[in-house]
Amino acid sequence: MPEKKERILSIIKEVSQEEIKEIPNSTPFGVIIKKEIILSLCDRLHHDSKLYFDMLSCITGVDNGVELGTMEVLYHLYSIPFNQSLVLKVILPRENPEVESVTRVWKTANWLEREVYDMFGIIFTNHPDLRRILMPADWKGYPLRKDYKHEEYYRGVKIDY
Amino acid sequence: MKDQQYIYKPDNLIDSEPNKFKVSELKSEEMILNLGPQHPSTHGVLRLEVLSDGEIVNDVIPHIGYLHRCFEKHAESLPFNQIIPFVDRMDYVAAMNSEHAYAMGVERMLGITDQIPKRVEYIRVLVAEMNRIASHLIAVGTYGLDLGAFTPFFWIMRDREHILRLLEWASGARMLYNYIWIGGLFYDLPVGFEQRCREFIKYFRPKVKELETILVDNKIFIDRTANVGVLPLDLAINSGITGPMLRASGLRFDLRRVDGYSVYPELEFEIPIGEGKMGQVGDCWDRTHVRVREIYESLKIMEQCLNQLERDHKRTREFDPQAIVPKKIRPKAQELYVRAENPKGELGFFFRADGRNDIPFRCKARACSFVNLSILPEISRGVLIADLIAILGSIDIVLGEVDR
Repeated sequence: MPEKKERILSIIKEVSQEEIKEIPNSTPFGVIIKKEIILSLCDRLHHDSKLYFDMLSCITGVDNGVELGTMEVLYHLYSIPFNQSLVLKVILPRENPEVESVTRVWKTANWLEREVYDMFGIIFTNHPDLRRILMPADWKGYPLRKDYKHEEYYRGVKIDY
Repeated sequence: MKDQQYIYKPDNLIDSEPNKFKVSELKSEEMILNLGPQHPSTHGVLRLEVLSDGEIVNDVIPHIGYLHRCFEKHAESLPFNQIIPFVDRMDYVAAMNSEHAYAMGVERMLGITDQIPKRVEYIRVLVAEMNRIASHLIAVGTYGLDLGAFTPFFWIMRDREHILRLLEWASGARMLYNYIWIGGLFYDLPVGFEQRCREFIKYFRPKVKELETILVDNKIFIDRTANVGVLPLDLAINSGITGPMLRASGLRFDLRRVDGYSVYPELEFEIPIGEGKMGQVGDCWDRTHVRVREIYESLKIMEQCLNQLERDHKRTREFDPQAIVPKKIRPKAQELYVRAENPKGELGFFFRADGRNDIPFRCKARACSFVNLSILPEISRGVLIADLIAILGSIDIVLGEVDR
């Protein structure tokens, strides 16, 4: 589907006003975008009549480790009517990672973003209900960060692992 | 036994998972009702914080995470082939399907998808469809149990036992198989397996009909489920709902057909959708009905696989299901998202390999039950508490997969 890919790239170019960086060796194909445009771009892709990315399959957080000092959020979009997948990648600094929430576009984002917040400590601004979801509410630290060290005790119970 | 189980401090006794609603902020008629985590109708360790006004549900907040076993953290320190048992334990009533999706993802990363022998693929699809039937049986039977129909539960457990015994014969385990390996299978099917499968199908078809008669077409069941928990299609898509729930809302969307992975393009099967026969499209009855129809379709797929396995891709002495199982799994540096149709919806895996290690840099599971459960507050505002149980049962969650 080369013409769909063209269209995706032209929309991204229009919104971001920048050169497009594709994600190397990514299946399905994906694009690295700036974090400022995520909401406006998602809104455009969701409402575009030729693409219509109506489903957000997955939001993944990735921690690149202390040396690189970056974290990533990947959005796996899928368009049911046009059978087209797309990955959007946002790169964030490891200190105070913040990105705009896309719950306004897709309702799925609510729990998926909560999970990313729970595991990586990435703050999604304007999220309606950003609480921990899998870990207990008073858990210290973000478990999927590469430098995570768990606490010795949780409420007086030794974490014996 | 440890000397001291825990250190007592008064602070340690506060709620670890506090309610979202505060009692002091409630209106005069409202009450917080706590359902679970130890309640049979929540299908596991799920806690529902229900804000109720008399018998009407004003809002419901699911609290999950009681069965969190750190799958993604474990996966970051294990070689690819050793993750398969962990994948089994996610959706533990449909482990074969999860294994199939996982193995497919790693094979795509290694680029060996085309080399997998056809016989291996057919066996994979055969066992996956058997497990899909088992999972749907659990879904329908326990749903009946939720609504007060006791007999169907015993019937489905009896019939599911046949499937579990067959799978145990093939793999050695009843529920958590570790049977589908990356690049192949643990073993070939045992001699005589195909014959026994055919006997099972012959036995099982009338039993599904019986199940349909006693439960799905039952007047009491229809009264409890029709027009309850209606999920409109646009909301379903926007909320990322997949699997039988999405199909019950009226969209003919099945990843087995859309993506056409494995040997599914060569097989013939229908995709049942909700038609609103008893009420509106996308109500609880439709969801159950779609699951029962899918059992028939899975039986059809099983028969076609058996035909292939007995004719074109017969068992031979030379056939080795582990022939192309890689000894060392080190994919090139890449990112890959793979998805497959599980009994409960789209199971996705995201992998990042860095090309230098035998372990994934990041392995994320997009669990279908997790996303499907997130719709619960939306569709259960304003219903009766008894209907809340009916809606929750019709979502068909497995807490092992919700919490991972």
